[in-house]
Amino acid sequence: MRRLEIVLSRLVWFIPTLFGLVFVVFFISNVIPTDPARIVAGENATEAQVQALRADMGLDQPLYVQFGRYVGDLATGDMGKSMYTQRAISDDLLRRLPATLELTMAAMILAIGLGVPLGVISAVKRNTLVDQTLRVISVSGLAIASFWLAMELQMYFSTKLGWTPLNGRIAGWGPEEITGFYTIDSILTGDLASFWDTLHHMTLPAITLALPAAATLVRFTRAGVLEVINSNYVLYERAMGFPASLIIWKYVLRNALISTVTQIGLIFGALFSGAVVVEAVFDWPGLGTYAVQSILQSDTKAVLGFSIIVGVVFIGVNLLVDVVHTFIDPRTVQ
Amino acid sequence: MSALKRILSDRAATIGGAIILGLVVVAILAPWIAPYPGDVTAFHLTERLQPPSADHWFGTDRMGADIFSRLLFGARITISIAVIAVGVSVLIGVPIGLLAGYYGGFTGGALMRTSDVFLAVPQIVLAIAIAQTLGPSVENVILALSITYWPFWARLVYAETNALKKQTFVEAAQALGASDLRVMVLHILPNTASAIIVRTSIGMGATILTAAALGFLGLGAPPPTPEWGRTISEAREFLPEAWWYAAAPGLAIFLVVMGFNLLGDGLRDILDPKLRRGSQ
Repeated sequence: MRRLEIVLSRLVWFIPTLFGLVFVVFFISNVIPTDPARIVAGENATEAQVQALRADMGLDQPLYVQFGRYVGDLATGDMGKSMYTQRAISDDLLRRLPATLELTMAAMILAIGLGVPLGVISAVKRNTLVDQTLRVISVSGLAIASFWLAMELQMYFSTKLGWTPLNGRIAGWGPEEITGFYTIDSILTGDLASFWDTLHHMTLPAITLALPAAATLVRFTRAGVLEVINSNYVLYERAMGFPASLIIWKYVLRNALISTVTQIGLIFGALFSGAVVVEAVFDWPGLGTYAVQSILQSDTKAVLGFSIIVGVVFIGVNLLVDVVHTFIDPRTVQ
Repeated sequence: MSALKRILSDRAATIGGAIILGLVVVAILAPWIAPYPGDVTAFHLTERLQPPSADHWFGTDRMGADIFSRLLFGARITISIAVIAVGVSVLIGVPIGLLAGYYGGFTGGALMRTSDVFLAVPQIVLAIAIAQTLGPSVENVILALSITYWPFWARLVYAETNALKKQTFVEAAQALGASDLRVMVLHILPNTASAIIVRTSIGMGATILTAAALGFLGLGAPPPTPEWGRTISEAREFLPEAWWYAAAPGLAIFLVVMGFNLLGDGLRDILDPKLRRGSQ
């Protein structure tokens, strides 16, 4: 039952942390007294019209009243209306969330599939040419500005070679929406053409996002494996004549991955925030593109809603990491 | 061994240090070594979008300005943003971590919960929200980054202080009647220094990347500032023909961040023998 306790103690902090986040972002976004009413009313509105709209939007109230009202609305899932799309912000965000999640998860799978095995290889072949090369590549992967890499990949593979689509999530309308994840929906509806097209569109943005994440994983897995590889039980298994590959890929990796799992939680956050700029470059219709458009339109409430939904996903993932941790490292529950 | 000797004995730290030193020198000397120092603001429309040549090493931009010269001046902006933003974050984060770790209790818990709030969203998201509200300028980018980065140092110093305050040497100092301030500043802080130094070096790289991203999104300094992130976004509409336009600032960012990351890695190996053993 210790596991339940850990989960509950984390859950208790979920609401205060979220409240704190809303508080910080709300007041930050109100530091400069912009006048959304005037922007909504348009250039030709009379002063009386702006006044009426201001009262209508609740902007004539003191800031703490506005904050209270915002939190109250938020509790019912209402984030206000976007000045840009003229739709409910929560609807906008929820409609775009699957696109971002699909992209981040694809990048995550790519990063784990590349990063963990390469990290193990790097550790097993430590201080050889292979290890040195991987080290240089992983250090470089962390130093590249993602938006720049995105542009360079786009220029080379899409514009010059024409191998991948320039931008967007799919050509045409996409599969019938069930979950909002195009890969899953296209399989569920048996629409294989859409499935391949989605993967095709996803290739470059996913690679761009995955590169720094994979680099981090290579480094952590390498360090983790090296720490375990010299322990007594590995020596024992070796003495017992276990095959080297079995020792490495089963017994060593399981223990080595403990720190990597924590890292995966952090990486998810990095991917999610990396998606903001990468989506903007590839016109990926997710949260990042929405956030950038909202910024350009000075749509403060939409930016606020975006920050909150990212916070929710982020805190949720960290909670999940803690739970997964109790399964792969039973020592934490003893 | 002297500190410098130890740094020079580590290849990663040496290369990283050399890159950063070179960048700082270039940034300071920009007005004298730039071939066309006036090109930060000037434009020569007849020389628009020229590929790299002997006259213009890295080509020219949409205004016909020399990209190499603008790059050198851009280094000044990048360095200032990174140094000030990280400096402020350290100045806010370290005392908070020290106080919260040393006293613990309700106040300490509250301070750490506050830092959790800031860590609950990815840094760039919060920085975007702040920079968007305050309007595009270098000062606001620095402010946004400082507000979002201090919790990293607070967390780090908190954890270290929490572990150190139970050590015998701290108890000894307390028993001798040293004031809390004295214990914290003279006994605990020096022992957290290596962790702070390593985190700061790697933090500089991360800060430069975030600052460039803000510039790319149009939240940084307004044109014609030669900020690297903004230059890359300007170059976008001229790709793929003017490939050199985005290549130069992108590689510059890569080089600088690489420098700080290598230095940070190297310093960690030098300052933390525990980790060094693990990596050999």
